[in-house]
Amino acid sequence: MTYPQITPYIDRMDYISAMNNEWPYVMALEKMLDIKVPEKVEYLRVIVAELNRIANHQIAVATFGLDAGAFTPFLFYFRDREYIIWILEKLSGARLLYNYFRVGGVSGDIYPEFKEEVLNVVKQVRKTNEEVMNLLIYNSIFVKRTANVGILTPEVAINFGCSGPVLRGSGIAHDLRRDEAYSVYDRFDFDIPVGKGEVGVVGDCWNRNMVRVHEMEQSCRIIEQALEQMPMEGDVKAMIPKRIKLPKGEVYMRAENPKGDLGFYIVSNGTDKPERLKARGPSFVNLSVIPEISKGYMFADLILILGSIDIVLGEVDR
Amino acid sequence: MEQTNFIWEHFGVNLWTVLAVISLPLMFVLVYALIAILAELKVSAWIQERVGPMRTGPYGILQPVAEVIKLIQKEDITPDQSSKLLYNLAPFIIFTGAYAAFAVIPFSESFVPAGIDVGLFYVFAIGSISAMGIVMGGWASSNKYSLMGAMRSVSQLISYEIPAAMAILSVVVLASSMNMQEISRAQSGYFWNWFIFGGPGDWTKIFVIPFTLGLTIIYFIASLAETNRVPFDIPEGESELVAGFHTEYSGMKFAMFFFAEYANMFVVSAILATIFLGGWNSPFGDFMQGPWWGAMWFILKAFFIVLIQIWIRWTLPRYRVDQLMYLGWKVLLPLSFICFLAISLFVMLN
Repeated sequence: MTYPQITPYIDRMDYISAMNNEWPYVMALEKMLDIKVPEKVEYLRVIVAELNRIANHQIAVATFGLDAGAFTPFLFYFRDREYIIWILEKLSGARLLYNYFRVGGVSGDIYPEFKEEVLNVVKQVRKTNEEVMNLLIYNSIFVKRTANVGILTPEVAINFGCSGPVLRGSGIAHDLRRDEAYSVYDRFDFDIPVGKGEVGVVGDCWNRNMVRVHEMEQSCRIIEQALEQMPMEGDVKAMIPKRIKLPKGEVYMRAENPKGDLGFYIVSNGTDKPERLKARGPSFVNLSVIPEISKGYMFADLILILGSIDIVLGEVDR
Repeated sequence: MEQTNFIWEHFGVNLWTVLAVISLPLMFVLVYALIAILAELKVSAWIQERVGPMRTGPYGILQPVAEVIKLIQKEDITPDQSSKLLYNLAPFIIFTGAYAAFAVIPFSESFVPAGIDVGLFYVFAIGSISAMGIVMGGWASSNKYSLMGAMRSVSQLISYEIPAAMAILSVVVLASSMNMQEISRAQSGYFWNWFIFGGPGDWTKIFVIPFTLGLTIIYFIASLAETNRVPFDIPEGESELVAGFHTEYSGMKFAMFFFAEYANMFVVSAILATIFLGGWNSPFGDFMQGPWWGAMWFILKAFFIVLIQIWIRWTLPRYRVDQLMYLGWKVLLPLSFICFLAISLFVMLN
């Protein structure tokens, strides 16, 4: 398979946040080919990736509530996620597996109402988050179920190579968007939410889940700033050769997936097909921490611990 | 037998009138269950900003009928490893337990199927039969999830029966009767004569109102646990136990479980309405008071509590087993004892 043909398969790894999956892969190729991506594309990529991050966190928090027996927040979040999916569908033509990121650009340009629709979605996301905070997150039964359960200490998290909200839930402010600011992330003003132990202790299920809720808000902030700074005119593709042939060598590129660090290691032998391609998936790594943090809890807690780690089996099962 | 309902008064007690008296509550349960299922579908939809079923009949009001027809058509599966007799018997035992409780529920001042003097005691005794059905179903399925669900259900029922019994006992003390009709009659007049507001009496009852209010809430929470409703639905917690004790059931037997759950919801709501909310009494003295109006008030009150149960189900998450036991034994039980003692003291001093 040639390099562009691989992108749809990358989508299927973590099918809930396909946009974020494609990004590090495409960035790795661009780094190897030394292609400069147009400014507009960088912003557009940031916006779709953050929208997809919100959609992913909505599913994570919603299904976590479902594990605890609360059905209504699940449907609130799924209604909102639909609005995000509509926008991504208008851009890429697909609802879930987008194949949107291309080497040197993206596959489709923005449409006239894009900015307005994204801003509406941002407004709606904030409103629902507030509702769910009242309905579920601070509900005393929910707090009783999830606080002080499945405590992941920072040391264990680092030793197991956890990343993303699982690591930040343990109180470590590690975010590749800031620490290794790729693309245009250095131009935005956003915080990195960490587990503060507001309820329970740092690193428990409640705090891991809360990080996701706060991250949605930060993604909203990034989207607003990106929409402001983004040039609305211009092409969405850089000049690239017709057949993408990587020079001999190897490259590793990683980015902040909603679930953690997603890295691609590509070994090229100079043809248009990769010699080796290895993905470092966050779900697979984060899942390995389960035996460590579920010791001594009840059977019913195991479901919540698994839910709080937020895995996608498309990426775990390899 | 005491002439407790208008059918026996007018037509005498013979085989046909007895059958008629038995079948009236059954017919009521059938109609009520359809309405309650529709209410569950629609209320959950409104809470979740959906429209709910819309295709079957105007505004989807025939949806429960369609569901019953669907369930009748389903294949009736009996697992190979199961113990056939118990497995097939369990759904009917559960429903029998729920339906038998209707015998003493006073629908109106001139209709109660059997006006026995220990009505409340009878309801309490018969209510435990459904737990037996749950254990039978869970154990006979030879499925580990079913068995765990059944075990959870029984432990839950045992722990929550005591606070509920305390609440009922307090009302017995206040009304000095266990007959459901007597209890209803004791609350006649305006709504401040209801036992939730301390029952009839002079201004001194102000001291007892906090306790009766508390007991109403305690009884309501305990009844939620007894009917396995959210937030106490751990016997069928779908994220842990697939569907709990009725995992293996299909078709009409599953429908029987479902049916029994709704019937049980009505029974506990009816008892709550009778012992705390004045039963068939109108809230406003003689305004719309009478045998027929009474039936309406009673069903309205009971259905209102059923609606609250539905509302709670779609709002709250679920407790964990140990937290449920904690709440039952360490919070509700001591509180209900305190309320019971206070009410007894009040009655003694009066």
